[in-house]
Amino acid sequence: MNERRMLGSDQELLDEHYEKVIAEESVCISDNLVYGKPETLTSTPMHYCPGCGHGVAHRLIAEVIDEMGIQEKTIGVAPVGCAVFAYNYFDIDMSEAAHGRASAVATGIKRVLPDRYVFSYQGDGDLAAIGTGETIHTCNRGENILIVFINNGIYGMTGGQMAPTSLVGMKTTTSPFGRDTHEMGYPLKITELIAQLPGVYYCSRVAVNTPVHVRKAKKAIYNGFKYQELNKGLSFVEIVTNCPSNWKMTPVESNKWLEENMIPFYPLGDLKVPKKEN
Amino acid sequence: MAKVKGDIVIDIEKCKGCELCASACPQESLELSRKLNSKGYHYIIKIEDNCTGCTNCALVCPDSVIKVYRRTEKSSEKVATITNVTGDLTVKVK
Repeated sequence: MNERRMLGSDQELLDEHYEKVIAEESVCISDNLVYGKPETLTSTPMHYCPGCGHGVAHRLIAEVIDEMGIQEKTIGVAPVGCAVFAYNYFDIDMSEAAHGRASAVATGIKRVLPDRYVFSYQGDGDLAAIGTGETIHTCNRGENILIVFINNGIYGMTGGQMAPTSLVGMKTTTSPFGRDTHEMGYPLKITELIAQLPGVYYCSRVAVNTPVHVRKAKKAIYNGFKYQELNKGLSFVEIVTNCPSNWKMTPVESNKWLEENMIPFYPLGDLKVPKKEN
Repeated sequence: MAKVKGDIVIDIEKCKGCELCASACPQESLELSRKLNSKGYHYIIKIEDNCTGCTNCALVCPDSVIKVYRRTEKSSEKVATITNVTGDLTVKVK
């Protein structure tokens, strides 16, 4: 470590050191590839801020689609919010929905084309605020779709306003002194709310801040697509993510904040799992 | 014990320098470059030659810019020797 810092004072020596590190490698051949970008993601650079959890969520969905081999049979519904351009990043059929109505559009697509895999990808301002009615009724009808819910506790695209899922005391541009429950109410745990509905078959909450959580998140999304294949009913996966830009933190700090504040309030794990059939 | 040697390839033009991979790397072999890419971000580079190919950096990368390679060198030690194969294909191992 100290050696590196000393080298850091001299740019030329530093460059030489890096070149040496790169030149020594001979393991980069296709036989040894263990992890790369999934085929379902296009090569378009994502417009998300550095460190945003949306990118990881996109990649996990693309990986599951790749592994199940259902790229030609999958239809996604993009929301209004930060993920509004999701159709540029997925190499599958995508549809755009009006604000909050992604689950209603997904219902329509699934009913017309029941052999396709349909998922909606929604943020917290979309699913838990303006689209609460559509979400709850879609879940109550038990439509055979997967809803991926990205919860970062803030309106990201519009500039960091308070969302229904913002934590108590959280500072946003519309609650500059922190969320006050007397005036602004309590955070909405929409996943707990819809887990009680009989139409929901599988309901889980995951995060994407550490490698362990990313692996678990992938498994939850895989389960969602698998239950859809088996015509079991609605699957709901909540992904707790960070928003470094609007939380006014660096990406690493925001993940730490998420671990310390968001996860205790939004505990991870399966909220509703199907009973084992004997 | 098989020896594991890994390496990564970073798409520096798409990297946004969020440093999530550097914080997830158990070997601490990633760091931000002093140079900028065409979008004006300091991109991530590998500074140590101790990668084990654990894929942690690629798992947390939001922009999927990291490709991970891993080579396992097979150990030359013999695990077992087949001594006799009988008519009904029962294998005796010493």
